[in-house]
Amino acid sequence: MTITQLRQQLLAGETTSTAILQQLAGEIAARDPQTGAYLSHDLESAIAEAAHADLSLPLGGIPIAIKDNINVLGQPCTCGSKFLSENYTSPYDASVVKKLRAAGAIPFGRMNQDEFAMGSATENSALQITRNPHDPQRIPGGSSGGSAAAVADHTAIAALGSDTGGSIRQPASHCGVVGLKPSYGRVSRYGLVAFASSLDQIGPLTQSVDDAALILQAIAGYDPLDSTCLDVPVPDYLTNINDGVRGMKLGVPKEYFGTGIDPGVRKNVEAAIQKLAAQGAEIVEISLPHSEHAVATYYVIAPAEASSNLSRFDGIRYGRRAANPTDILDLYKKSREEGFGPEVKRRIILGTYVLSSGYYDAYYSRAQKVRTLIRRDFETAFQHVDAIVSPIAPTPARRIGAFANDPLHEYLSDIFTISANLAGIPGISVPCGTTDFDGGTHLPVGLQILGPHLGEAKLLQIAKAV
Amino acid sequence: MSHSHIDVRYVANLARLELSDEEVALFQPQLEAILQHVEALTQLNIDGIEPTAHASPVFDRMRADIPHESLPPAAVLQNAPDQAQGQIRVPKVVTDA
Repeated sequence: MTITQLRQQLLAGETTSTAILQQLAGEIAARDPQTGAYLSHDLESAIAEAAHADLSLPLGGIPIAIKDNINVLGQPCTCGSKFLSENYTSPYDASVVKKLRAAGAIPFGRMNQDEFAMGSATENSALQITRNPHDPQRIPGGSSGGSAAAVADHTAIAALGSDTGGSIRQPASHCGVVGLKPSYGRVSRYGLVAFASSLDQIGPLTQSVDDAALILQAIAGYDPLDSTCLDVPVPDYLTNINDGVRGMKLGVPKEYFGTGIDPGVRKNVEAAIQKLAAQGAEIVEISLPHSEHAVATYYVIAPAEASSNLSRFDGIRYGRRAANPTDILDLYKKSREEGFGPEVKRRIILGTYVLSSGYYDAYYSRAQKVRTLIRRDFETAFQHVDAIVSPIAPTPARRIGAFANDPLHEYLSDIFTISANLAGIPGISVPCGTTDFDGGTHLPVGLQILGPHLGEAKLLQIAKAV
Repeated sequence: MSHSHIDVRYVANLARLELSDEEVALFQPQLEAILQHVEALTQLNIDGIEPTAHASPVFDRMRADIPHESLPPAAVLQNAPDQAQGQIRVPKVVTDA
């Protein structure tokens, strides 16, 4: 059931927050051993919170699952890493969690993810495998794979994820749920364990577009604890959500429909665009000429920022500390060697390299300038169209293990999602059908809708019409 | 930029990572393939283009210099791997003169 439906039942006295949690616990016990979306959950303390849930609040009594890189006071926050899986308990609430609580929601459950959000399959979790509820041989996508899989599996009503290069939208697409990456600066990052600070953004994964609007409403807005969080009024995201797409101009970027797209993905995305056209939207072809450089740009900037952010994991203040170090340097190096998995090490090395003396200008500085060109592509496009529609990923969910030891191949599949992070614009993934792919049947496909900075209301309005 | 050779062990040391021989052998070709892909950026003319460090139009936000509540020492120390006398304990960091 959706948040909207459960809220109606709560207000009508047909159910209670405690009953919702007990029902969820039953669903988790029945299906999550197979799916593996949850890393942990604490039913007892959630029920204690449910006992005094304020139903007059917009999310009153509703449990929300939290990706395991967002701090919730007194709960684990493993980031899918062995560095934090044994010895870390959050000493504070992230600002989004404070805001969820202020809206009456109950944070319940810690969702699996790629280690430190680095990956597109949740296979880089050092702690467990998460399977796609639509086909257990397949990935749920990533990095917010646990959040997406649980919402699809109905073991969570809704969830928070984080999106640095597509990590909310792509798993939402693979699992057949709604996933929204807000504009950079729309939602506070305080209490989100940083991966790439100029790209990270927290957002909802939900069963419906209305639910995504409800959660965004609760978590958006100014926070003095995140200096990049904008002090700009938050509109009411539900006011115009049912107004349709009549008269809107939607851009289809020709660079996003080239070779390499699975025919089933193309067919479903094109059908969704036709459906919007039939409701009165004008569809125009546009160009985002620097699209082909997005992956290269991203895989310089994101690892550079990650190598800096992850230097805090040194074995001193929290998390893993190696036994019997010979000196302080040995402690750093051994703790990090033991605590980090291969993808995290690869990205730290790549990031350190592109920032190192003699290479900074050739890689990092150049990538930042190409980032400007990518940002300008969108600014130009949004002078002519209200929003951009495209696929989320070139294929539906692939099989678990298919890209083992081929990180570049995996990175290239991020092509349609990472530009939005580089440009700081919002994007939503909304289910638009299913297709057969590589021996799998009825695999979900998502439509991506991108809008101008702070244009979330219009994205939700278009998504609702899909 | 034609630098797609990377000395993995040297860079790992800069990043304070101690890698096994197996990891170096695994990462070397993977990182070189990624760097080769990144080389495509050299085809673009970036003369006179300003760099984008982050996409949000906020710069140098100032706030009043007023003390505010921070985490109590016990909350900070609860996750420390080793502690004594209300402080985090680390191996010796200064050598004898």
